[in-house]
Amino acid sequence: MTYELIAIGTSLGGLSALKTLLRSLPTAFPAALAIVQHRHKESDQGLSSFLQKFTVLPVHEVEDKERIQPGHVYFAPADYHLLVEYGYFSLSVDEPVSYARPSIDVLLESASDIYDERVIGVLLTGANHDGVQGLRSLKARGGMTIVQAPDTAESPILPEAAIAAVNVDWVLPLSDIAPRLIHLCGAAGV
Amino acid sequence: MGILKPDDVDIHLLIEGLYYRYGYDFRNYAKASLKRRIHSFLKAEHLSSVPELQAQMLRDRACADRLLLGLTVNTTAMFRDPSFYIAFRQQVVPLLRTYPFFRIWHAGCSTGQEVYSMAILLQEAGLYHRCRIYATDANDRVLQTARQGIYPYKQMQEYTQLYLKAGGQRTFSEYYTAHYNNAILRPFLRERIVFGEHNLVTDGSFNEFNVIICRNVLIYFDQMLQNQVHELFYNSLCKFGILGLGKQETIRFTKYETAYDDLAKAEKLYRRRS
Repeated sequence: MTYELIAIGTSLGGLSALKTLLRSLPTAFPAALAIVQHRHKESDQGLSSFLQKFTVLPVHEVEDKERIQPGHVYFAPADYHLLVEYGYFSLSVDEPVSYARPSIDVLLESASDIYDERVIGVLLTGANHDGVQGLRSLKARGGMTIVQAPDTAESPILPEAAIAAVNVDWVLPLSDIAPRLIHLCGAAGV
Repeated sequence: MGILKPDDVDIHLLIEGLYYRYGYDFRNYAKASLKRRIHSFLKAEHLSSVPELQAQMLRDRACADRLLLGLTVNTTAMFRDPSFYIAFRQQVVPLLRTYPFFRIWHAGCSTGQEVYSMAILLQEAGLYHRCRIYATDANDRVLQTARQGIYPYKQMQEYTQLYLKAGGQRTFSEYYTAHYNNAILRPFLRERIVFGEHNLVTDGSFNEFNVIICRNVLIYFDQMLQNQVHELFYNSLCKFGILGLGKQETIRFTKYETAYDDLAKAEKLYRRRS
């Protein structure tokens, strides 16, 4: 299976988890990464410029209709939902979903709607249930699912809820997630 | 057009039906968010599938009208994205001072909060009496609310915070009077505003403007339709006219990328080149 997109969701504790994950991904990583990290609606681009320091992959705060390129990291901007279309991202200011905008559910559902089984859904540390519904639809459409092991999560609520609701493919300690992604994506076409 | 998945064909047929039966044109809307809104509408109407909705909508005008509302997004607030107003005050107001009279078009004004915010900003800059603001939306229901300028009182706390962050110079409560659960905006704020129905998808230009504000509307359109609306905006702006888009919108992925200079890059304020 060739995975084209990795859709990642996290809330409380996400910054440090993302730092660990992103710093372990090599240049020319063959898939695109789209990330929803819950944050305050008036926060600026500080998050993406902070995380850029820890990764060799180019990090973007998505602008509407931005093209999806492999090996790039795309963040949902504050106060917008991030959605996937054929080949590019679109944004919306529709009502919050699961009390969140950006919502992890929205990203995961629209990613699997476009990519079907060619998407990997990843849920990391988080303090609410946004993302569980999205991971369920992603799994139902044949996508690969990975959840951070709750005992390695700063906030285990989201990982625990996801594991309870979805027959997750991989439950991994944080440090094993990037190697697993490299393996899954590196095995492309084999 | 390529081969579509069955679910996408259902959506496509629904949208075509809405257009051929009622003339409501969502054919070039961005598909991912449109699909989400259609599915939430199905839930709200207790319908089980898109074809079922299509059959009902074609014969039941009331259902089509509810669908139309369900497909329209009206997220807004006074002084939404405060930094936009700060940039507007710093970068655009000095340019506007050079005109004895100027016109602003606020396209997709929804329930009006952001139009009144602009009126307040211009009032505080001493320029309000020199302008005319044309505030348009495709949806006459939201325009009714916009014209009234009456909003739930409980929102005033949030609006006051945003007003202060936007660099407001007075006490926000000077701009409204409380009446039971509502805040009624002071009538003078409406004096220079003309509210009117205008559909960006189907209607043409209606004047020449010094400033066009269209924030978080184009994100709902696909790239073809975005280009079409940018053509309309470009042709409706005077030379060196100002275009203001939403925080995460950009002219970059459109045909008009080279027709504008950045005026305030982070706030998506552009100036028409010539």
